[in-house]
Amino acid sequence: MRNLKFGFAISTPRSINMDVADNRLLKQLEAEVPSFKRCMNCGACSATCSARQFTDYNIRRIHSLFRMQQYQDLEKELRPCMLCGKCTLVCPRGVNLRSMIMNMKKILTDPKRKDNE
Amino acid sequence: MKTIAIIGAGPAGIEAASILAAKEETEILLFEKSASTLDNLRDKAFLFPDFSAADDLVEILEAKLNRDNIKLLSGKEVKSVTEQDGGWQLQDAEGTSYTADAVLMTTGYKVFDAHRKEELGYGIYPGVITSIDMEKKIKEGKVLNAVGDTPKKIVFLQCVGSRDEKSGNHYCSKVCCVTAVKQAIELRKLLPEVETYIFYMDLRMWGGGFEEMYRESQEKYGVRYVRGRISEAASTYDGKIQIKSEDTLVGLPLKMSADLLVLMVGMEPSEGTKMLTRQCNCADSYGFATTMNPHLRDNETAQPGLFVAGSCKRPMSLNDTLTDARSAVVKIAEYLR
Ligand SMILES: Cc1cc2nc3c(=O)[nH]c(=O)nc-3n(C[C@H](O)[C@H](O)[C@H](O)COP(=O)(O)OP(=O)(O)OC[C@H]3O[C@@H](n4cnc5c(N)ncnc54)[C@H](O)[C@@H]3O)c2cc1C
Ligand code: SF4
Ligand code: SF4
Ligand code: SF4
Repeated sequence: MRNLKFGFAISTPRSINMDVADNRLLKQLEAEVPSFKRCMNCGACSATCSARQFTDYNIRRIHSLFRMQQYQDLEKELRPCMLCGKCTLVCPRGVNLRSMIMNMKKILTDPKRKDNE
Repeated sequence: MKTIAIIGAGPAGIEAASILAAKEETEILLFEKSASTLDNLRDKAFLFPDFSAADDLVEILEAKLNRDNIKLLSGKEVKSVTEQDGGWQLQDAEGTSYTADAVLMTTGYKVFDAHRKEELGYGIYPGVITSIDMEKKIKEGKVLNAVGDTPKKIVFLQCVGSRDEKSGNHYCSKVCCVTAVKQAIELRKLLPEVETYIFYMDLRMWGGGFEEMYRESQEKYGVRYVRGRISEAASTYDGKIQIKSEDTLVGLPLKMSADLLVLMVGMEPSEGTKMLTRQCNCADSYGFATTMNPHLRDNETAQPGLFVAGSCKRPMSLNDTLTDARSAVVKIAEYLR
């Protein structure tokens, strides 16, 4: 089936500037979901993802963008996820993706969000 | 007269036996549970990194056993190893006891049972095979797909049962990356029209000549590499295997159908290794043997007189296994002096 584009296109930054990146949200997420750190970027989660079948949603890239402290628009990017948990079932590194997604949402929408945005 | 018991007549056991037996006043009891020696070599066609025939190495290693002071006890599975009055007592499956001054465990590995990764369809779809199945096909010189035709597209998947929390194996099996490269090259030699794709997470070309093989596979044999794990495999109406993955470098989902999907199964401790390491209190969390120190005492267990060598310690290639067996010989000779 063709990819229908009613999801959100990931607004990838043109470049990553680690000198201005803010790691506070990342540290918060890593504390909440320690398994987050174990990802080896194999792509099993995004290959099996239910939301990925219909949208441009890519949970592996969202993981990577968060890891590289590129948070812009990520909350919107996460919306197609239906929290079905298939990604968590296949992950060979035992990353708790479902919990990661819920915590990302929580951290990104926190009114007292810890970064500069 | 010193008696040394060696458990397992694989490459490690045979290499160690042949060197230890060169010393006078030494008797070797070489136990092998199978009716034949070297079973893990006999099903191989050609060996990395030099593409030498496995049968040639089998012949060379077998010839090393032609010594009067090596007693090959084939069909004898060692069931227990216990220390007794400074020496060792072993018992086989029939209950016969043997005594020895030192024991060397070379009980080796078994391959991961691919049925355990149900989502990959091994044992369900005939087009899904393991690296061992492929090795046998290459050895026969006849590679056919599930319906008996010449395959057009063959896909390899790395890290099956290794580096996988779901299988309980966190470690890397070391031999499968280069084995996929080797098999893909052999397939291109055998079937010049076939397309070969290797799906990998990381390509571990750690040994001498491995990286050159990888490079040659791309340049000379047109083997193609995709960075991504295959998450599911299913059968199509015409007997092909449809796989689902992500090309993680492009960042796009990927579907492909292939005639054969080859699962690169990892190495696990053999049943004998698991049983005896547990008994002798030298098992790691997987059942491989642990040693006193990884740098200086890597053939010694906590029990003086009990030594280990080869792939019963961790996944190991043949040349590392043979080197390790020779290093165990030095430690055993020191101990018996
Ligand atoms: C798919 C695949 C392809 C490979 N290809 C290559 C290659 O091309 N080149 C290379 O260098 N390496 C290769 N290897 C690795 C190679 O097979 C191993 O390095 C080698 O076989 C290890 O030898 P070993 O003596 O440690 O163990 P093993 O070969 O496993 O031998 C152990 C022996 O102990 C016996 N045994 C076990 N328990 C008992 C017991 N209780 N009592 C008596 N006997 C017992 C077993 O029957 C067996 O004969 C490959 C491995 C795999 C999985
Ligand atoms: S939980 Fe979300 S990210 Fe995971 S597989 Fe389901 S839809 Fe995809
Ligand atoms: S499946 Fe797990 S290890 Fe693989 S990319 Fe997804 S989170 Fe990372
Ligand atoms: S050698 Fe390669 S295929 Fe085998 S477990 Fe290690 S990374 Fe995976």
